[in-house]
Amino acid sequence: MIYLRTVWLHLRKDLRLEWRSRDAIAGMLFFTLLVTVVFAMAFDPTGFPTLARQMSGGLLWVGLLFAATTALNISWERERRNQVLDAHRMSASPASALFLGKALANLIFVSVIELALAPVFAVFYNLHPLGEVRWLLLILPLGTWAIVVNGTFFAALGLNSRNRELMLPAALFPISIPALLGVVQATTGVITGDFEPQLWIRMLLGFDVIFTTACILLFPTVLHAE
Amino acid sequence: MKRLFFILCAFSVALLGFGFYEAVFVAPVEATMGPVYRIFYWHVPINISAEVFPYVNMVASIAFLYFRRTRVALAEKLDALAIATAEVTVLYVGLGLATGMLWGRPVWGIWWAWDARLTSFLMLFLLYVSYLLVRRFSAGSQSAVVAAVLSVFAGIDVPIVFMSIRWWRTQHPAPVLTGEGSLDPSMWPAFLINMAAWFVWGVVLVWGRYAVVRREQVATEQIALQALEV
Repeated sequence: MIYLRTVWLHLRKDLRLEWRSRDAIAGMLFFTLLVTVVFAMAFDPTGFPTLARQMSGGLLWVGLLFAATTALNISWERERRNQVLDAHRMSASPASALFLGKALANLIFVSVIELALAPVFAVFYNLHPLGEVRWLLLILPLGTWAIVVNGTFFAALGLNSRNRELMLPAALFPISIPALLGVVQATTGVITGDFEPQLWIRMLLGFDVIFTTACILLFPTVLHAE
Repeated sequence: MKRLFFILCAFSVALLGFGFYEAVFVAPVEATMGPVYRIFYWHVPINISAEVFPYVNMVASIAFLYFRRTRVALAEKLDALAIATAEVTVLYVGLGLATGMLWGRPVWGIWWAWDARLTSFLMLFLLYVSYLLVRRFSAGSQSAVVAAVLSVFAGIDVPIVFMSIRWWRTQHPAPVLTGEGSLDPSMWPAFLINMAAWFVWGVVLVWGRYAVVRREQVATEQIALQALEV
């Protein structure tokens, strides 16, 4: 129970910090919007509705992935100011609680972006999903968590490296490829209605469980790396 | 030790030469593909070896994380082993991809197909390139820990990536060593010799690189010690 309370305290702190500045959410929102517009210029989504259905799942997640990486770097930057991270290192509270709190906060931020973006996306790409839309209620959180949990972890991994901005994508993208494949396939399955997304949802669930466990187990090592 | 290294080195070069002779001049021509198939004698052994070194890397990394506080000297050796195996993995997977593409162009008519097995091998390549990149980016004392953690993640990721083979339709030939359409008995000697040759050659490369990294580590320590004494 004390552990959960620590997680909640970290989460609340991150939410409050974000509420005061709104850096991460504003940045991500604008970034994803731009990605959507640029992709719409690259091909004509309203002229080719079938093509738009087949591609939009991938476009959505590529945009979200890029946007999330910008926010993930910001989220640890806050801990570096005034040597807060050193205080965390010396603190008696479990290190993984800090990680979980931050990952949950990032999950909330990216989910807000998704909720704001989904209608824009449907309008810009003239989308009429042909599959069962309710699956998206499962696919979106699972896919977001897959990106965010590893992203938060690898952003922490690169905290003291020379080129932090380069290191996060270099480590995160190759590891997340199976999750990206799963989430893009599942989303495409829902939008085109060509196949059932359940298989990919199960895969995402497995990915999430395995990597959440690995992150929680290894985070203390990363925090006390020196 | 040094003499043993050079003996092993000479042995592997001899094996590679003998394997080349067996594969090019002795093994029979394959019925449908013709001589092009001979690249299989390098492609398959290289790829099988390429799947062994990542596991050595992962085991060394886990052991490094376990011993890094308690037995520092052992941990440094394990770290050197992890670097050496990661670099050889990148080399072998790269060679495997290159030989596969050389074979794919005449047989499939395309250099690359987004088939599950090719994709998962490309992922293996990307994972270990990212391991080497991260290692280079991260700062001094931390880089070993950061790299070891990433290696554990890559090790977890590899089976998940390979699992996709079952779920994506596959264009890559089914395993030729077992089951139907397997190797003709006359092709086995050339294959096995090349298998041994590439594996031993990989071990020689790991060993050589390991020795270099160990010397670098010792040199860095000595510089640090001298700085303390002055």
